Amino acid sequence: MSRISYVFILMFVLMAISSQTAWAQDGLDTGDNAWILTSSALVLLMTPGLAFFYGGMSSVKNINNMIMMVFLCMCLASVQWVFWGYSLSFSEGNWMIGGLSTVGLHGITPESLSGTISEYTFVAFQATFAIITVGLILGAVEGRMKFGACALFIPLWATAVYDPVCHWVWGGGWAGNIGILDFAGGTVVHINSGAAALALCLVLGRRKAANIRPPANVPMIALGAGLLWFGWFGFNAGSELAADGRAAFAWVVTNTCTATAAFTWVVCEWLHRGKPTLLGLASGAVAGLVAITPASGFVGPLGSIQIGIMAGVGCYFASVKMKAALGYDDALDVVGVHGIGGTIGAFATGLYCTKMVMGPDGVDGFFIGWGAEGITQLGKQCIGFLSTWAYAFVATLAVAYVVKATVGLRTTEEQENTGLDLALHGEAGYCLETAPVGNLKS
Amino acid sequence: MKKVEAIVRDEKLSVAKEALKALGVAGMTVTEVKGHGTQKGITEVYRGRQYAVDLLPKIKIEAVVDDKDVKKVTDAICEVSRTGSIGDGKIFVSSVDEIIRIRTGETGEKAI
Repeated sequence: MSRISYVFILMFVLMAISSQTAWAQDGLDTGDNAWILTSSALVLLMTPGLAFFYGGMSSVKNINNMIMMVFLCMCLASVQWVFWGYSLSFSEGNWMIGGLSTVGLHGITPESLSGTISEYTFVAFQATFAIITVGLILGAVEGRMKFGACALFIPLWATAVYDPVCHWVWGGGWAGNIGILDFAGGTVVHINSGAAALALCLVLGRRKAANIRPPANVPMIALGAGLLWFGWFGFNAGSELAADGRAAFAWVVTNTCTATAAFTWVVCEWLHRGKPTLLGLASGAVAGLVAITPASGFVGPLGSIQIGIMAGVGCYFASVKMKAALGYDDALDVVGVHGIGGTIGAFATGLYCTKMVMGPDGVDGFFIGWGAEGITQLGKQCIGFLSTWAYAFVATLAVAYVVKATVGLRTTEEQENTGLDLALHGEAGYCLETAPVGNLKS
Repeated sequence: MKKVEAIVRDEKLSVAKEALKALGVAGMTVTEVKGHGTQKGITEVYRGRQYAVDLLPKIKIEAVVDDKDVKKVTDAICEVSRTGSIGDGKIFVSSVDEIIRIRTGETGEKAI
């Protein structure tokens, strides 16, 4: 009896939450629901795409380890999301973090709605964001993190860092309430993971110079970047949470910014180093995808081209110059691409957001309206990214020290010299028979 | 009996192989090797990080020939493998004490 009444109360709470947006309107929209389910699958595909992107950049002796760590996020962050991640992010709570009312997805039924889509569709869509955000961090730790430490870090970080920041921005927390604009996760996903990567690689320490090796497989990096670009349409156009014109708009600006940034990065290195590289093209594409993420539902197509140029130039020099100047060993440039790219995007959202896309309730950014409204919005954007950098950095340090004190964080020097593929997993990434002595018969 | 070990550019394998076949060289062993001589290596740049690659991939062709054929064989390899730039490779010639064909047990020049 008491259990039934408990469920009833929870249902009532959920109805109270969702009635403001959906139930008062016209219920489930099958078109919206279909698109967000599709987007969820697109975004999930980004994580294996990221695994290839990072795996290709890893040393030939750590490639399996890198791919496996990113894949592991799909296992552990998915389950954490169902247990308590969704509840801490999206159920009703305070300014800082959500409550525990939907722990275990308790009380959510196939009939529950979130806006015009099924709440389960929303749960699935948001789960894929939590998964990839943790995965992004792991690019910083190539070749030196214990696998057990990684397995502990993933759920701890998702709980202590991702869930609160997600709640701040999208779940009813302070950042969303004061009007900080983040359409698809510039702060929640990219600055969050970039700042976390910086903290984690500082706690882990540098790799031995002899263990810093060239990328194992550059074509695999391009494959990963292609999958990321593809999946990102779910990330950005899906974040509209409806199959409408603004979703299509987000799709177009995402593609435009990415294309611009990829080419810009290549031009930068062409001028700076003399040669255009495939790694640069792939990196620039990801930098563009990152930068347009917070802006995608807010800026126009020409704004997105300018953001693409800023991302290409900014992320290139952050990865090539800033890392070397500051001396942190962020192996695969998570800070340079995601931290800096996310910051550029969050800031540029305040420059280029426009009522043309956002509607009459929106804001004209500084470069659009040249007014006080734009300056106010820029200020909010700065508060948004500064607080995310600060919280994510400090909270990740705490998580890293907890892992260090319990299972330990860093592999032994001998394991690192051998390579983590053989030392930790007992399997080699490449077992190739190489005897290309045959000729094509004409 | 002499062993001719020719280290050549990897793109020269097929022409060198054809040249040896044209001279009637019965067999050869080909290995992918890495090394450097006068050619100092190259620098690869990945996201601004420079890696010095001073061992470059080459192809090693080994063939054992009659003493009287050595000059013909080395001349032929030189001719087809030469580009005139640094990095064309080298040929080493050394004496072979004995050859044994495993299948038949034949030894010496019959086994070449």
